[in-house]
Amino acid sequence: MSDALLKVENLTRYFDVSKPWLNRMLEREDKQFLTAVADVNFEIKRGETFALVGESGSGKSTIAKMVVGLLGASDGTIEFDGHKMTGTAGAEMRDLRRRFQMIFQDPFASLNPRWRVGDIIAEPIHTFGLLKGAEVSNRVGELLDTVGLSAKDAEKFPHEFSGGQRQRIAIARALSSKPEFIVCDEPTSALDVSVQAQILNLMKDLQDEMGLTYLFISHDLSVVRHMANRIGVLYLGRLVEVADGKRLFSEPQHPYTRMLLDAVPDLALSGRRRKPVEGEIPNPISPPPGCAFHPRCPLVMPRCKVEAPVQVPTPTGRAACFALEKQPA
Amino acid sequence: MTDALLSVRNLRVEFPTRRGVLTAIDDVSFDIMPGEVLGVVGESGAGKSLTGAAIIGLLEPPGRIAGGEIMLKGQRIDNLGAEAMRRIRGKRIGMVFQDPLTSLNPLYTVAQQLIETIRTHADISEAEARKRAVALLDRVGIPAAARRIDDYPHHFSGGMRQRVVIALALCAEPELVIADEPTTALDVSVQSQIIDLIKEICAERGAAVMLITHDMGVIAETADRVAVLYSGRVAEIGPVTQVITAPEHPYTVGLMGSIPTLTQDHARLVAIPGAMPRLNAIPQGCAFNPRCERAFDRCFAARPEPLPRGDRRQVACWLYDAVAPAAEEKANV
Repeated sequence: MSDALLKVENLTRYFDVSKPWLNRMLEREDKQFLTAVADVNFEIKRGETFALVGESGSGKSTIAKMVVGLLGASDGTIEFDGHKMTGTAGAEMRDLRRRFQMIFQDPFASLNPRWRVGDIIAEPIHTFGLLKGAEVSNRVGELLDTVGLSAKDAEKFPHEFSGGQRQRIAIARALSSKPEFIVCDEPTSALDVSVQAQILNLMKDLQDEMGLTYLFISHDLSVVRHMANRIGVLYLGRLVEVADGKRLFSEPQHPYTRMLLDAVPDLALSGRRRKPVEGEIPNPISPPPGCAFHPRCPLVMPRCKVEAPVQVPTPTGRAACFALEKQPA
Repeated sequence: MTDALLSVRNLRVEFPTRRGVLTAIDDVSFDIMPGEVLGVVGESGAGKSLTGAAIIGLLEPPGRIAGGEIMLKGQRIDNLGAEAMRRIRGKRIGMVFQDPLTSLNPLYTVAQQLIETIRTHADISEAEARKRAVALLDRVGIPAAARRIDDYPHHFSGGMRQRVVIALALCAEPELVIADEPTTALDVSVQSQIIDLIKEICAERGAAVMLITHDMGVIAETADRVAVLYSGRVAEIGPVTQVITAPEHPYTVGLMGSIPTLTQDHARLVAIPGAMPRLNAIPQGCAFNPRCERAFDRCFAARPEPLPRGDRRQVACWLYDAVAPAAEEKANV
């Protein structure tokens, strides 16, 4: 058995963004598709944190939703611990589902305001029939304790908590079915920095204690650097580079990664002069032909405009860029 | 210190509610020199945006200025009538808001909005105003400005819209621009373009900037001085390099430690325990005392005054007060 817990192959998702049928007929237009995720491959090893970074519209959240099954994939496969997720159904799928959970970005929207915190946390326990009777409330108390709240908080409603505390409740809920794998979709983006640090520390502690595996999604490069063992960089739904955590920052390979790193405001006050970033993300409905990054790329070659690059190995991982191919290995 | 462009003295903003009066900004003082970029940082609810809104006279009722003075070039502006304030707003103080989509009117073209604003503040013909608007759009980096000026806001991307908003804020050549989280709604790669633009264009026109943000990285790259707000009070104010590399107020120390950086490795982040108090539960003495590791008796008894540290820096923390505890009574009065 390989040690990959999650394996994503050729994952693709497109959305139909066509106008209604009648308008299409009258205006003689074809159906339009938006490719949110195109041909993405990655593996997550047991116990590691794999991060996906990218700007808005790069497909980060779409991948997260497909991994947990909230969205179907248009093409490609997702394998969890050797089981194909597409095509699995019924009791087998239920069993798989227990083993992964998700933490959402906005703790104000992800908790039901009419439910008591105890019921919110106990829901996965009831759904999967893990415990019965008084054991449930004991377990809820334990979980609240684990995430740094008190067992008494189970009686309260979500509105009685601050953003950081709510995110702790969301984490407790994710942990209640004893999962091995947690998808975290921008878990700290809605929080203030001092609270963000508390939540990131908590997530790291939980990982050490319970051997959790994380798929960590964020647009914040410094947070990702702090959390991840390996990082995938997304641009317009394409995975442009995958590299070991810290080395992505010291030796960025893909020109987009370099541009992204250059753009991050520098807290170290090194007086480093940033290269001005050119242009904006193109419209994903009609992405540029060839390499999607070519209109903004400083290293663009004629080949980039016609042919889409494939991933090639780099010293730090792999990246999809023709400019990297020419370098001697 | 007499030639400050904007001078805020002991500003106090209150919200009367059924359960009593909430003080959202409590005794905040700072100056902005001509041409200077002052960063204002703090977490949500610290009073950053309210300070900006109070200066420009856009506090939403029932919020009201309950005390203190705001002076623009020595002229008091906090007690002006609505009409006089309207003339200052846009003309002498420009404003850039967080969300570029809501700060532009979706029903008017960019040209209409720019020309209207220019003609409100300058007595020139429509054709003249249009010429000026095109030049301005060109300056903020909108490609093919002469053609795109007749587009509606929804034709522009987020970054381009924010450029339009900046053009709008600058069209009457204001002396001060208040930028309230101008890059928060934008992606990193666009964020750096906008920050550079604000900085460049204000330097070019000699306008001072009050940059409100929660992002320390943006402050580090842009501002000359920074004011750190906590619970509606100034915790620390001073030159950016000093505050960032050697923070003195325990809150600033915690804040800096809790930000992961791109260059250093941390096994754990320094987290400040707890959260900022709600406005109806601000503790007695120093507002930070329940979360402060170094708090001592005095912090619970009296609110710290801003103490000068060096010639350009002030820190509101009793740790830096050399005065004997006997002087405490005096400070309390």
